[in-house]
Amino acid sequence: MARTGWLAGSAVALAAVGARALVRRWPPRAGTDPWPGRWQVVTVAKRPEQVLPGGRWPEPLSRLDGAVEVRARAAPGGRGTELAVRPLGGEPTLPGPAAHLVGDEPGRYLRQVLRETKQLVETGEVLRADRSPLDRPEPAG
Amino acid sequence: MRALCWEGAGALAVRQVPDPELRNAHDMIVRVRRSATSGGDLPLLAGRVPEATVGEVLGHEFLGEVVEIGPEVRRHRIADRVVVGAAVACGACWFCRTGLLDCCDNGTSGVTAEPPWVQPAAGCYGRPARLGGFAGGHAEFVRVPYADVGAYAVPEQVDDDRAVFASAAAPAGWQGAELGGVVPGDVVAVWGAGAVGQLTAGAAVARGADRVIVVDEHDDRLRMVARHTGAEALNHRYVDVLAELRERSGGRGPDVCVDAAGPPAGPTRWPAVEPDGGVALREAVHACRKGGTVVTLGGGTAFVDRFPLGAVTDKGLAVRGGRRRGPAAIPELLDRMARDELVTEHLATHRLPLERGADGYALFRDRVDGCVRVVFTP
Ligand SMILES: [Zn+2]
Repeated sequence: MARTGWLAGSAVALAAVGARALVRRWPPRAGTDPWPGRWQVVTVAKRPEQVLPGGRWPEPLSRLDGAVEVRARAAPGGRGTELAVRPLGGEPTLPGPAAHLVGDEPGRYLRQVLRETKQLVETGEVLRADRSPLDRPEPAG
Repeated sequence: MRALCWEGAGALAVRQVPDPELRNAHDMIVRVRRSATSGGDLPLLAGRVPEATVGEVLGHEFLGEVVEIGPEVRRHRIADRVVVGAAVACGACWFCRTGLLDCCDNGTSGVTAEPPWVQPAAGCYGRPARLGGFAGGHAEFVRVPYADVGAYAVPEQVDDDRAVFASAAAPAGWQGAELGGVVPGDVVAVWGAGAVGQLTAGAAVARGADRVIVVDEHDDRLRMVARHTGAEALNHRYVDVLAELRERSGGRGPDVCVDAAGPPAGPTRWPAVEPDGGVALREAVHACRKGGTVVTLGGGTAFVDRFPLGAVTDKGLAVRGGRRRGPAAIPELLDRMARDELVTEHLATHRLPLERGADGYALFRDRVDGCVRVVFTP
């Protein structure tokens, strides 16, 4: 349900942008990026050869192989590596996690993947949430 | 275990919830000995945080003993008594390594709602999971992620009732004076005589300020300021604050003005039709001397309109914000507590069993019976 909602929403947003000049909106609202194919970038506090050892994409980014393109370059001031990702052109039918690149807000999805990739490289783990609040409340005992 | 849960706007209840478990190798589990109410919880309690989910456990200031440790935890052992900083920070990202642990890139988890400014700050206990938060400290047990970064052993001579304030209130006060760059000879004004305001005043005194003035409207809190911090008290209901501050600062205005009055009552989303907040912040900007520094510690994602930008530019002010000091200041604060240079236990005006958590928050929210902070014991 959520997915078809996003799809319709982003189609409307794109149509509106096509019809007239982009009106700056504040605060920016999710799903209103008129250019969902833009590069999403994160800075990882490690050198490029540590982020992409032997040129291999790190997890979980590697699961999007075939669906995105990746660029990396050294960040200025010794800040590490600027890791950039964007969807490959077109709207192909994508398997597995890459399906989010079509159905959901692709930019947001890619930012989440980059964030997890960064966490894994920097801390060795992806920080997990506590158990879902949905399974927290129990009858008062 | 038993925990104080959010039950919807204005409602809290102690409920039976599942025990926390280790989820990452850097986690540990702490059995809580003390936890404190905090002004940062009030917008959540009032139902002003749309991301909150019924059943979430509140509380981000707590102290306890270690009962379980993950395989990557190096600095803690079972049965250690530790105070846990409110901010969840990784210690490894560029921000953490630069000392800005409150800006940590990796402190929140899960698929979280992005703030409009997109960059997530450090995580926090007792905050909605949809904002990347973790279950809170008003509970029998808490999971502590990145335990080596966020938890500190409490020196033996510092008791629980003092040390619990090293979790967030004392670091926030320390941050207020630090962000203001308070140096010997300064005149410092602080808005808000709650725990953070009092601790900001105390930190300014400790940094050598010549004169520290605290503004509030509650006489009982102002009496506490006069008795415990070495600062002067101003009740804005009886005096013209701007005139009084000019007079007490040789006509210059305070060098540093800190808004520690808590989350402004302004709207949490914009555009909004709700009334505007930020009275203390506006007054701080107007009061501050030319070239001085205004610090705002008011948390929440509130918007404040009618901001006196002309005064900022005309006077060349520096405006700095901080919400939740990272845990880096905790060891120094614990040392000061051990030397009796930092005394905090009087801030716990009420001590209650956790089972009375809802009553405690009502006292704290309504500031009745001289309440500054309520400290719970599970
Ligand atoms: Zn970090």
